Amino acid sequence: MAEIIVDKNKCNGCGKCVKLCPFGQITIVDKLARIDLGCTMCGVCQELCLTGAILIKRERLNTEDISNYQGVWVFIEQHQGKIKPVSLELLSKAKELTKKLSQELVAVLVGDEISYLTKDLSLYGVHKIYLIENKNLERYTTDAYAQILVGLISQYRPNILLIGATNTGRDLAPRVAARLRVGLTADCTDLDITKEGYLLQTRPAFGGNIMAQILCKYTRPQMATVRPNVFKKSQFCSNSLSPSPEIIKVEAKLNPLSIRTKILEVVKEVTEVANLEEANIIVSAGRGLGSPDNLYLVQDLAQLLGAAVGGSRAIVDAGWLPHHQQVGQSGKTVAPELYIACGISGAIQHLVGMQTSKRIVAINKDLDAPIFKIATLGIVGDLFKVIPLLIEDLKKIKNK
Amino acid sequence: MKIIACIKQVPEISEVMIDPKTHTLKREGVPSILNPFDENAVEEGLRIKEEYSGELIVITMGPSQAEEALKRCLAMGADEAILISDKTFAGSDTLATAYTLSLVIKPLKPDLIICGKQAIDGDTAQVGPELAEQLGIPQITYVRKVEIPEDKKNIILHKETDDGYEIIQCKLPVLITVLKTLNEPRYPSIRGILAAKKKEIKVIKADDLKAKLSFLGADGSPTQVVNIFTPQPHQKGRLIKLEPKDAAKEIVNFLQREKIF
Repeated sequence: MAEIIVDKNKCNGCGKCVKLCPFGQITIVDKLARIDLGCTMCGVCQELCLTGAILIKRERLNTEDISNYQGVWVFIEQHQGKIKPVSLELLSKAKELTKKLSQELVAVLVGDEISYLTKDLSLYGVHKIYLIENKNLERYTTDAYAQILVGLISQYRPNILLIGATNTGRDLAPRVAARLRVGLTADCTDLDITKEGYLLQTRPAFGGNIMAQILCKYTRPQMATVRPNVFKKSQFCSNSLSPSPEIIKVEAKLNPLSIRTKILEVVKEVTEVANLEEANIIVSAGRGLGSPDNLYLVQDLAQLLGAAVGGSRAIVDAGWLPHHQQVGQSGKTVAPELYIACGISGAIQHLVGMQTSKRIVAINKDLDAPIFKIATLGIVGDLFKVIPLLIEDLKKIKNK
Repeated sequence: MKIIACIKQVPEISEVMIDPKTHTLKREGVPSILNPFDENAVEEGLRIKEEYSGELIVITMGPSQAEEALKRCLAMGADEAILISDKTFAGSDTLATAYTLSLVIKPLKPDLIICGKQAIDGDTAQVGPELAEQLGIPQITYVRKVEIPEDKKNIILHKETDDGYEIIQCKLPVLITVLKTLNEPRYPSIRGILAAKKKEIKVIKADDLKAKLSFLGADGSPTQVVNIFTPQPHQKGRLIKLEPKDAAKEIVNFLQREKIF
């Protein structure tokens, strides 16, 4: 990892860096620049120092250095005081990894007035919780959250850091990784520990046509974002037996001016569909529906079943449904109790996003459609005939 | 306004590309295209340039054949194209790629950098934020609407969140990554294609950059691919062909048996 050095022979104490530092972490002491602990190593001072006195050293670690990095950390994503399910899925998987490594499981909880959430985390066998509360952290911003996370990592040196591959996680993780100059693997679908003790990260590439396994041997922490719904949530211990984790409150020194984006408005979109990633049943539409005018078939069926509506990439690209309803490699990964695929042929990029669903019913007129390879029940037939009859039958049962 | 769009040439992977016999990736005969999300990035750059005046530069890092993708952007209306290509860059992961791009982009002093949400081959969505970090500018990802107030000092963006969107204001310069819903990319016109043929693509090599060699290519890439395999789809269910009426019954039975309905 990186360290920042002020060359005493070159620094003339001019103080330019003090003015330039976006985070207010430099002071002049005895005519020399002193870098304070909250330094994020953003590099602005190094770039603009007139005498070239500031140097950020980023080196590959040797094995001795690597042993200084301990513990498996999970970034707990919370939104309006609720923990995202993916964070709990990650804690469950991370628990397994900590056992293989004999290291601690650590949760990092960031937000404003969220200390009550630590209770939920203790059910997952967490040893330690870093709790950072500040009113500037109430809503996620890249600048504030990256600064906090980089500060924590620099100080406490984790071996592994896992982040959910949500919109927020995929915004935050690369920012942090780039600042620390460490490796980051996106969108993992499996994690393990090699016999040498490295984090083995498995992820789909080329639209899910191939799986790649990736190691980060020389940088710490080993960072990965992980898709929601690939690991099962499993509480480690029951409420009464759970040992309470050590809660470490860390003060956030946040200069509001260092947050360069301003949220003017938060708009919740009222959709008739539940959040796909958390839905128990999903009815999904594909190109087989022919036209957006026929989407009502899928929507009516979903409504009857209390299901969320999803779609393939083809119809989302065609603008029939918004992007947040897309299932597949470049959309959401889902694993509901039941997934009903209507007129979806099952390109591999779609399959990787839903193949871990518990039951899959596929309706398609093409006998050779790849979706049938993974379907629990495959119906070869005309969806324009089958779905209306299905809706009719279900209505009859419901009204009984 | 000076706008830069970062683009990538990718294999067309909408269809299955696995050889069923050898279970390896079929690359032969797979055409290369401009990454679909990058088309939206270029389109947005063109729209902003047309409305507020300015220039659009497209940049890619890749092998020499990536020129084709740059040509397409020029044909769409981009003013300049830069290809960063050198064998020193081989094996770059997202961090090394973003570092290399940042060296080329920094001296150009753009007001706005637009990237597609992700490339459809790697699907990492990491280069955009890693580039913004190394340029020291803010980032806004998952953008689906762009507004620029008159003074052109700020930008207002609609960023997609898990349950809606946020309207965010930010001072320029900024890097944004964009969704497909942002706009409808134009097709190059015949005139555009002819004009693009005359434009020269600037090629940048490793020697042209003041780079730390240890930050480039495989040396500068902390992630290492150690294994590649093809996932095996598992046959697990049953397939039936019935009259629609019986098919519907079959589904109802299934739902009831599984206690779902």
